[in-house]
Amino acid sequence: MDLGKDLIAASSTPIVLALLAEGDSYGYAILLRVRESSGGRMEWTDGMLYPVLHRLERLGHIEARWETAATGRRRKYYRITAQGRQQLEEERRQWQAVDATLRSLWRAVAAPAPFPKTTPPQEAGA
Amino acid sequence: MSTLDPEAALEEQIARWRSYLRRRQALLPVDVAELEDHLRESIAGLRAGGLSAEEAFLVGVRRLGGVDALSREFAREHSDRLWKQLLLTDAEAAGGDQTRGRQEAAVALGLAVGAGVAVKVPAFFGLALGDENAAFYARNAALFVLPFLVLFFGWKRRLAPAALVWPAVAGGAAALLANLYPFRTTGDTLGLFALHLPIALWLGVGVAYAGGRWAQGNARMDFIRFSGELFIYYVLIALGGGVLIGSTAMTFKAIGLDAGHFIGYWLVPCGAAGAVVVASWLVEAKQSVVENMAPVLTRVFTPLFACVLLSFLVTLVATGRGVDQAREVLIGFDALLIIVLGLLLYAVSARDPQAPPGTFDVLQLVLVAGALLADGVALWAIAVRIQEFGFTPNRLAGLGLNGVLLVNLGWSAVLYARFLRGRGPFAALERWQTAYLPVYAVWAGLVAVVFPPLFGFR
Repeated sequence: MDLGKDLIAASSTPIVLALLAEGDSYGYAILLRVRESSGGRMEWTDGMLYPVLHRLERLGHIEARWETAATGRRRKYYRITAQGRQQLEEERRQWQAVDATLRSLWRAVAAPAPFPKTTPPQEAGA
Repeated sequence: MSTLDPEAALEEQIARWRSYLRRRQALLPVDVAELEDHLRESIAGLRAGGLSAEEAFLVGVRRLGGVDALSREFAREHSDRLWKQLLLTDAEAAGGDQTRGRQEAAVALGLAVGAGVAVKVPAFFGLALGDENAAFYARNAALFVLPFLVLFFGWKRRLAPAALVWPAVAGGAAALLANLYPFRTTGDTLGLFALHLPIALWLGVGVAYAGGRWAQGNARMDFIRFSGELFIYYVLIALGGGVLIGSTAMTFKAIGLDAGHFIGYWLVPCGAAGAVVVASWLVEAKQSVVENMAPVLTRVFTPLFACVLLSFLVTLVATGRGVDQAREVLIGFDALLIIVLGLLLYAVSARDPQAPPGTFDVLQLVLVAGALLADGVALWAIAVRIQEFGFTPNRLAGLGLNGVLLVNLGWSAVLYARFLRGRGPFAALERWQTAYLPVYAVWAGLVAVVFPPLFGFR
């Protein structure tokens, strides 16, 4: 499904920060993890990830280093900073607030037809 | 390509994709490297899933997103990159070898200091900078600066010493003539010598700049571009220097000291000499970073000069006024031809030779034709009087310069007209201009070397 542009842009920060909080990583691996953990529901254009990474780097949430792989290819790794972890906490609070608000509203709307794909998997039965 | 093995074909496709991305201003080479790593991983993943190398490449590129959209996103995050910043070396911009860049900066600054010191050396031998030795400094001005410039390019292009023999011989000969010719301190020929020697020696700088490729047209065209940018940079640095001088004078005056001597005898002469080397280094360093200014100015002023020339010709015909025959008129028309030639040269230098004729080309031809007509009228008026007054060095030099420029512009007009009518390639005009470069140097050398003895050093 197609997520709106704004929604993708807004969610990219917490997603990238959360993935990097698991451990250092690089662009392609981050993208695979996003695809995996969203169950294919979030389709990012591959290239768009990099401006996001560079913005987070500029803001000081993550830092980058070049490493040479065994194949001799140079690869840019990213690591979350202490400030990035704080930002992740902050983002988490904000998204939970949005999520909680929407959940109570979904109940009030009580839509007759369920939208199985729009709700995250863990609450598919709600 | 299908006969190649798939790995080589894939490498070739990736190389082409990479060079395509590199042309984007918003993408730095490190970004391209990062994206390339991504593309390669993506291709490897897709091939493991059963796609062929070519299919995997296509899908991988597709997933990365369109280059336009991608560079737009990068530009949004890195808007500063669209304002090209001055990186001190090409190598630095390419993310590569930085030591050479630092070396170059050190060499350039060292040579600039050298030029500044060279200006002061004669003062230690009793030839103090000042009115009483003005003639000495006028004769030798070019020799204080140009050797350092030649050395800089010799170092930068890694030329073998043998390649610099001719510039060195020319410089040595010039130094001998400058100081052995028995000039009269206030003579015309001294002024002509001081004016023409730098132009003749500039060819030596060109030879060093081209680094062994002087015989090639595009190397000469690069030298033309370099000269134009150097001029603009030098003017800008001079403006900054003016502000520096003002501040120096003002701040020292505030504590009751007069900095006039320091400014007049150190800051201005040494700064003016050193700035030539610094400006050359900057032009080389920013080549790929900043838009060239000379072609931009050309675009602005070509229509304006064309308008002025046309209205001059119309007024001339309508009012039937004669051209004033004063000496300044000849110099004025020489200056006009130089400006028109400069406009033509820098329009040519920035034009894509493959592009079809456009409005601007017509304008350019109008400009050249207008200048030729106006000059023809002036020459005719002056030629009538010159027989009465006889030839002075200045008059002959002015007339000769006019001839040199007239030949260039006349043939340029013919070539341009041919191009506009689709009868010849634009490259012919380019070749004509680059082939003509030595003519200026030869003429300037002639004036500097032959005129003084010819006119008895008066």
